[in-house]
Amino acid sequence: MERVTTIFGVPAPLLFGQLLLGLINGAFYAMLSLGLAIIFGMLNIINFAHGALFMMGAFVAWMLLSYAGIGYFPSLILAPLIVGLFGVILEKTLISRLYKLDHLCGLLLTFGLALVIQGLFRNYYGSSGMPYPIPGVLQGATNLGFMFLPNYRGWVVAVALLVCLATWAIIEKTPLGATLRAATENPGLVQAFGVNVPRLITLTYGGGVALAAFAGVLAAPIYSVNPNMGDNFINVVFAVVVIGGMGSILGSIVTGFGLGVVEGLTKVFWPQASATVVFLVMVIVLLARPRGLFGKLA
Amino acid sequence: MMAGFSRPERIALMVLLTLIVASPFVLYPIFLMRVLCFALFACAFNLLIGYVGLLSFGHAAFFGMGSYVAAWTMKFWHLDAAVAILLGGVAGAALGLCLGYLAIRRSGITFAMITLALGQMVYFFCLEAPFTGGEDGIQLVPRGHVLGFIPLTNDMVMYGLVAGVFLAGFLFIHRVIHSPFGQVLKAIRENEPRATSLGYRTSDYKLIAFVLSSALSGVAGGTKAIAFGIATLTDVSSGTSGEVVLMTLLGGLGTVFGPVAGATLVVAMETYLAQFGAWVTVAQGAIFVVCVLAFRRGIIGEIGTRLRAAL
Repeated sequence: MERVTTIFGVPAPLLFGQLLLGLINGAFYAMLSLGLAIIFGMLNIINFAHGALFMMGAFVAWMLLSYAGIGYFPSLILAPLIVGLFGVILEKTLISRLYKLDHLCGLLLTFGLALVIQGLFRNYYGSSGMPYPIPGVLQGATNLGFMFLPNYRGWVVAVALLVCLATWAIIEKTPLGATLRAATENPGLVQAFGVNVPRLITLTYGGGVALAAFAGVLAAPIYSVNPNMGDNFINVVFAVVVIGGMGSILGSIVTGFGLGVVEGLTKVFWPQASATVVFLVMVIVLLARPRGLFGKLA
Repeated sequence: MMAGFSRPERIALMVLLTLIVASPFVLYPIFLMRVLCFALFACAFNLLIGYVGLLSFGHAAFFGMGSYVAAWTMKFWHLDAAVAILLGGVAGAALGLCLGYLAIRRSGITFAMITLALGQMVYFFCLEAPFTGGEDGIQLVPRGHVLGFIPLTNDMVMYGLVAGVFLAGFLFIHRVIHSPFGQVLKAIRENEPRATSLGYRTSDYKLIAFVLSSALSGVAGGTKAIAFGIATLTDVSSGTSGEVVLMTLLGGLGTVFGPVAGATLVVAMETYLAQFGAWVTVAQGAIFVVCVLAFRRGIIGEIGTRLRAAL
């Protein structure tokens, strides 16, 4: 009989398997909290509809496949565009009316929007969920020597990392990003320089929403496409945002991936606590460093 | 009992009392008990959002914990209903002290997100903990007796107890709001740095308000568990947290009677539109959107403005 390597008394394949699952969840936490951070930085609202728009991304991909026969890779571009456009419409017609009011109004409005979107999808598609096939090229698994890596899961982690880093680079290293950061800091002054700040805000919201939809398409083959799929993520993502610090771009990426891994490891060593571990980390961070790991002093 | 009520408030209170006494002869007591439990819950929630300006998105944790504790003590210790409800309140207060201590470190949007996350943590705890019965919840809770000798099996008697608990909680909240303590809370809502500069330890005031609110939410949850004989995960879920926000917003944030009106409408919508399934969720979301965009004072707040009276 073949001997199974153990690490800390845990079989290695189990440990690596959970680590990979953790990384995948972390990839989604990172992409979602990144979108939240970008939107928060510019609009000063927390987008409670983020989970619903993530779900919408997965659904649009599923619809494109089922009704139009459009496959996974075009959907990866099309679905974020469609959902992003929807976000732009939401911002233009509803959210933009609230900027002069208390920030809590934006929170309540987006919470209501989330209920409407989720309710509509539940009406037409039920709660049971639809399968979305893994694209042919990414099926199968690769033997890494110490474990089998399902190709699609490896792809998700890689693409998510790439998209997160690209977003970070756009915001921190390009002229567009510089304008964006300046407009976050002092919108009045940037407007005086001739930049159309309201349009910038609209596009930022659209961009953040598109990122959520992109994550939704990536998630579609892993989790079943159902109206509640956003809920499972978004509550954890809010804790991730609190831990990372509100509005920090790099913070949300690092904390997202990091907490995914922490969650995966907890599943190996103390399975009952795996659902609560992120919240426990949040409690510790709140006690030790209330502004979050990467947060600036208010 | 009427002390501290302004004239318009007195008239509104008379209307409310008349409705509480008369409605069980017209409507189902079961439905009305649900309304009153959620009305107390919404009033407790309003104490935080309406008077301290703290929006909690995890208030179901206190409601649910009160519900579990009251149900468990009724079923396994066969306590008096009043004691079980009180214990529900104590459970809510204890949990509120722990979570409030953490949450009041931040304010505004972050406070909302922290309370949401903490509420979710309590939900997962209740899912795993042995005493809650997991997915099944605690079912077949006996109603027992109140004050040692009055059996609660009759719906009308049970309704009397629920109405009594609601009124006691309602009057208590009114007393708190109009006390010097309540004035400081409002000062914190309007301008926290100024309240601090006047020498008030604002975090202490916020924590006390949080504990009071969660204690009353626990009482509401405990009453609900005994009246309906069941405590489930729904009571601690984020859906319930969202509902109480909706009730208060619809009725009018920071009004004394608003949460009662909001709770009545929301519970009525859920009860009488239940056959439309997920459309109820869509309608609730739409109400949120309309309230925030065009109707920020809420029903009672709007009536109060028309009549130029604070209700």
